Amino acid sequence: MDNNKIILVVGEMEKGKTASITRELLGGARALADQTGGEVDLVLFGEAAASLAAEGIALGADKVLVASNAGYAEFNSDGYTAFVCDQCTKIKPALCLMGQTDLGRDVAPRVAARLGVALAMDCIAVDFDAENGRFLQTRPAFGGKALSVMASTTGLLQINTIRAKSMAAATPQDGRTGETIALADAPSAGAIKVKLIEAKRMEAEGVKLEDAKIIVSGGGGLGGPDGFAMIKELADLLGGVVGATRVPVDENWVPLSMEIGQTGKMVSPELYIAIGISGAAQHITGCINSKKIVTINRDPDANMFKISDLGLVADYKVVVPVLIEKLKAMGQ
Amino acid sequence: MEIIVCIKPVLDPELPPAKFAVDGKKNEVIPPEGMPFVMSPYDALAVEAALKIKEAKGGKVTVLTLGTKFTEDVMRKAVAMGADEGFILNDAAFDGSDSFATAYILTQAVKKIGTFDLILCGRQAADWDAGVVGSAMAEYLGVSLVVRAKAIEVLDGKLKVERMMTNGSEVLDVPLPALVTLSSEMGQARIPSGRGIIIAARKQFSKWGAADVSAEAAKTGLAAARNSLVKLFIPAYQRTCEMVTGKDPAEAAALLAEKILAIKP
Ligand SMILES: Cc1cc2nc3c(=O)[nH]c(=O)nc-3n(C[C@H](O)[C@H](O)[C@H](O)COP(=O)(O)OP(=O)(O)OC[C@H]3O[C@@H](n4cnc5c(N)ncnc54)[C@H](O)[C@@H]3O)c2cc1C
Ligand SMILES: Nc1ncnc2c1ncn2[C@@H]1O[C@H](COP(=O)(O)O)[C@@H](O)[C@H]1O
Repeated sequence: MDNNKIILVVGEMEKGKTASITRELLGGARALADQTGGEVDLVLFGEAAASLAAEGIALGADKVLVASNAGYAEFNSDGYTAFVCDQCTKIKPALCLMGQTDLGRDVAPRVAARLGVALAMDCIAVDFDAENGRFLQTRPAFGGKALSVMASTTGLLQINTIRAKSMAAATPQDGRTGETIALADAPSAGAIKVKLIEAKRMEAEGVKLEDAKIIVSGGGGLGGPDGFAMIKELADLLGGVVGATRVPVDENWVPLSMEIGQTGKMVSPELYIAIGISGAAQHITGCINSKKIVTINRDPDANMFKISDLGLVADYKVVVPVLIEKLKAMGQ
Repeated sequence: MEIIVCIKPVLDPELPPAKFAVDGKKNEVIPPEGMPFVMSPYDALAVEAALKIKEAKGGKVTVLTLGTKFTEDVMRKAVAMGADEGFILNDAAFDGSDSFATAYILTQAVKKIGTFDLILCGRQAADWDAGVVGSAMAEYLGVSLVVRAKAIEVLDGKLKVERMMTNGSEVLDVPLPALVTLSSEMGQARIPSGRGIIIAARKQFSKWGAADVSAEAAKTGLAAARNSLVKLFIPAYQRTCEMVTGKDPAEAAALLAEKILAIKP
């Protein structure tokens, strides 16, 4: 590594708190920095984020850079890209980590293109290869059918976006010290081409899929909204949340917010029950980190069984009502 | 509106995992024998979006692809859907190009075409799933960028683009020229008509090499790649599935209920 050993983390805020992805990035960055003997710098956007600086330090950052100008309060790709580019040019980090989020998906490729540096999107691991003095990046490809491990060849900054739930979240440590720097400059007006007209927010009701301990997921095999009403009853009994594959979303049986997989949510509950789901790679990649997986499918060769702990070959219309009755009888 | 759409031929992403194979020595995917590549599904949506704009506002839709295999097939598919013309970028110097080199070569081709108002790409190619090329092209061309769009409207010489966000969407005011990448929420791409297929069958596509688009050798091909592939492999899932059975489905279901309760958190 030609440049210094700084790892730059681009942080995000979620409902006024440090986003879970940012805790995960700080956990990962700190572990890497402890191996390289480097420093962790955290970037936060917006004045409101300044209140999270102390927590960022407790979570492992050595320095927190707050883009405190009002122009950074809301996400804007043009403004954020320019800011991250500026910081990378000034700080010369060896590694820059962002979440595979709205922000990271948008900003990371632009920064890498503008600065001419290496990039790997949607990584599930970044490891320090001490022997060769480089960071190895592991990411799924081909819809999750394959994993690839890549190494930068440039000797310059390497940018990685990290998939949610891939790195262990940092736990706050009392007494950690660090420095907070407010950067008050406004984004340069000329840099901002694309402007927000309206934000349409759809907040999911109740427990979010990403945070759920139990998920009952339905696929194309449910045949329609009635099937989802049935598995909702099962999910309610178990204290779980309902998820779906892309097929029911495309068919408009359920809203997009319920989609799990490569283009949907990444989930890792304690218990994942897949009903009428074939087990396409793009779906599996979003639920493979579940602790236990149970599959109900009438096709004994369904790929979903290959990644399950418990399986039942049957028509869901026959077995789910029995499951519900039995669970009720057992006092659920 | 002069619209350019970038489309990539990919191994069918719906290929079942059981048919997917990797050559561990070469770190390459082994495509199943006799199976043609398809237009990456998000790119088909980009073609659809371009055709909708052309239908509403008039203009021309040009498709571009860079690759060695099945490039004519995806060009024909786009023309059958309604695209006006297409160019194929192919040169030994391009082999092994990474996302940035690909974006550079496509950008050079765009410059050769000359005039454009809008470039459309897929949100990610359904092989390596990177989601980089469109954004890098926008950077190289210095045009406005929106990623993961679900709807595009042309209004007063500008675009109104709705783009997907994790918790909803955003409507954006986008000056032209612009590059927009399309997401699955846009809907479905059209099926080519019989007439379209006949037109496409007769269509000729010019092939451009590095010299045609003035692409510098140092910026393309494997040697310019910013990452090297250390390993490509199929992940092994460490699970064994206990199949629950019974004398009838009801008995099996009852047994499953007990087992679920035992592992339930
Ligand atoms: C680029 C790209 C991205 C994608 N992203 C995602 C993503 O994020 N998430 C996602 O889920 N998909 C995604 N997909 C789609 C994915 O490839 C599959 O098409 C999809 O996951 C299939 O959904 P399914 O298993 O519900 O449906 P199907 O494949 O139709 O399977 C239905 C299953 O139900 C079973 N079944 C039918 N009737 C019954 C019954 N009565 N009782 C029990 N079982 C029954 C069948 O045996 C079958 O196994 C993506 C695809 C592409 C190309
Ligand atoms: N070889 C290629 N030829 C034409 N377009 C491409 C090519 N590679 C990528 N693209 C375009 O860029 C988008 C994103 O690709 P990627 O960054 O590889 O995920 C694709 O959906 C295409 O629109």
